[in-house]
Amino acid sequence: MLGLGKKDFTLFLAVAAITLLAPFILNPFPTGSGLAQFNAGYPDLMQRFVIYGIFAIGFNILFGLTGYLSFGHAAFLGLGSYSAVWMFKLLSMNVIPALILSVIVAGLFALVIGYISLRRSGIYFSILTLAFAQMAYALAYSVLTPLTNGETGLQLTLDDPRVLDGGGRPTSLPVTELFGMEMRDTASLGLGAWDFTFGVGFYFCAVVMLISFYLAIRIFRSPFGMMLRAVKSNQQRMNYTGLNTRPYTLAAFVISGMYAGLAGGLLACMDPLAGAERMQWTASGEVVLMTILGGAGTLIGPILGAGMIKYFENIFSKINDAVLHQWFAALPDGLEDFLVTIIHPFIGKGWHLTLGLMFMAVVIFLPGGLVEGGQRVGRLFRRRDRKAGGAEAQAAEQRRTPAE
Amino acid sequence: MGILEVKGVNKRFGGLQALGDVNLSVAEHTVHAIIGPNGAGKSTLLNVLVGKLIPDSGSVMFDGKSVLGRKPHEINQMGISRVFQTPEIFADLTVLENVMIPCFARRDGAFRMHAFESVAREGDILGQAETMLADVNMLDKAHAHAGSLSRGDKRRLEMAMCLVQEPKLLLLDEPTAGMARADTNNTIDLLKEIKDKRPITMCIIEHDMHVVFSLAERITVLAQGTPLIEDTPDNIKGHPKVREAYLGEAQV
Repeated sequence: MLGLGKKDFTLFLAVAAITLLAPFILNPFPTGSGLAQFNAGYPDLMQRFVIYGIFAIGFNILFGLTGYLSFGHAAFLGLGSYSAVWMFKLLSMNVIPALILSVIVAGLFALVIGYISLRRSGIYFSILTLAFAQMAYALAYSVLTPLTNGETGLQLTLDDPRVLDGGGRPTSLPVTELFGMEMRDTASLGLGAWDFTFGVGFYFCAVVMLISFYLAIRIFRSPFGMMLRAVKSNQQRMNYTGLNTRPYTLAAFVISGMYAGLAGGLLACMDPLAGAERMQWTASGEVVLMTILGGAGTLIGPILGAGMIKYFENIFSKINDAVLHQWFAALPDGLEDFLVTIIHPFIGKGWHLTLGLMFMAVVIFLPGGLVEGGQRVGRLFRRRDRKAGGAEAQAAEQRRTPAE
Repeated sequence: MGILEVKGVNKRFGGLQALGDVNLSVAEHTVHAIIGPNGAGKSTLLNVLVGKLIPDSGSVMFDGKSVLGRKPHEINQMGISRVFQTPEIFADLTVLENVMIPCFARRDGAFRMHAFESVAREGDILGQAETMLADVNMLDKAHAHAGSLSRGDKRRLEMAMCLVQEPKLLLLDEPTAGMARADTNNTIDLLKEIKDKRPITMCIIEHDMHVVFSLAERITVLAQGTPLIEDTPDNIKGHPKVREAYLGEAQV
């Protein structure tokens, strides 16, 4: 279906279903209950899940397939945001032209940066990309202030020309829209104790992510994708097989840069301002974490990793001591204080600590990321089934394996 | 005129004359062995042939065209494939994918942006790769991880990857180095089979005299970077100059 194999198509459908039903799935706890703070089903956060999902999907095409670890992809994210905001200022509040420009600008910069950085591999490549990203950050922060509005960040103003939207000077700042549908519009649905919110912005981002994911699956299963995996495996053999590795890696770099630009553009579509901090090395590092946490080189891993990190960032950081006291209120006072003291460093502002420990655990015990974890659990269940079903199931398993 | 013509090639590394005035002519559809003691310049010569090293002077013509200054992938596209001393394969890919990649390289050239086609629909390429694997008796391992193969199978796979490109010239760099006798004999049989099945020119660099005398039709003896003698195996056997070069260490 859609040019995908049966397995991939099922995966795609599953991701599509989960994404589109996210407002329900991520809101499992009734509003007002003690656990409601673990709900992530509000548009603002869900948008971030899918946008960073796009960023990580693209990064995975470079890092997961070719093994080239770029440490400067946030530069393309930032470029995408700046381009989109400029489009809002000059042309129209419609998000389509903004996204198109984001992708093109990020792609062009990726072509130049990739052409230079890919002359080296391994750690030297990573350092080169990091250097480029930090230069971009410094330029955006100070030197190029007329273009980027320096540390304040690029914003919409009342006297922007906006050639297409034209007509009369607005009295309030306009909002981003898609042919009349405002991105910030939401609809609510109350079901018993639950409240569900559906945002136009989230659904727009979700559709863009699904398209990006679909394209990524096609790339993974194409001869081009196979060549990229071959680059990771053995460049020497590539060359002696008559293949020029440079254009393959450059194409992968540009594609992943365009994904990053698209993600940056979407961030600006959801909230039309762009700041230099979006290009900082921490942002580049974050996408590396997302990809590795989820499982580099796997289709679904980067999306899982992006969701996981953004969830921790937004939900764990909101838990504070008062909340903890509430949870452990039933315990004797001494024990309650003791537990709160122990857990305190890992929550609130300390959420990085939790994330760091989790990341270490994944790298050490599950080098294949969360996806490998899932596979192991799956295998465990299958093995149990086999024990129960005896020789028959075992034979079936053996028949299945070569076909996979 | 041979398919490969090396004329007056010199290569110096600092004070060491690695190759001194090397002339070599490999005739089409023959198996030509290059032998010589350690440090004779065999590997340097091979690296010149595949574009990894550029000689200080001299010319290397393949099929009427110069290979000098061309990159390894360009030289491969001209029709020279190389088998390495330790098998160079794509260890992270499956055996079938390993053989499909050279098929793509042959059909699409050094680079093609086929990002939205599906590998599963490349019937021709799949067919070619499977036929090749059947030829080297590896079809049953087609979906195995190449990295998990035994050393002998890795060697077979690497040969298959080279042969599926139907190269005009196959360069083999000590294909049996470090192998057990049984594996060596298997490799000899495989190479003999290849030679009988298709019109191919082979150039073998080898230490093992058993391999050389089982396969070669012409032998060039290299010593201290210079060809000492070039003749048929029968004439090379027991030639006083060859004995001298090896200082009696080999049973020639």
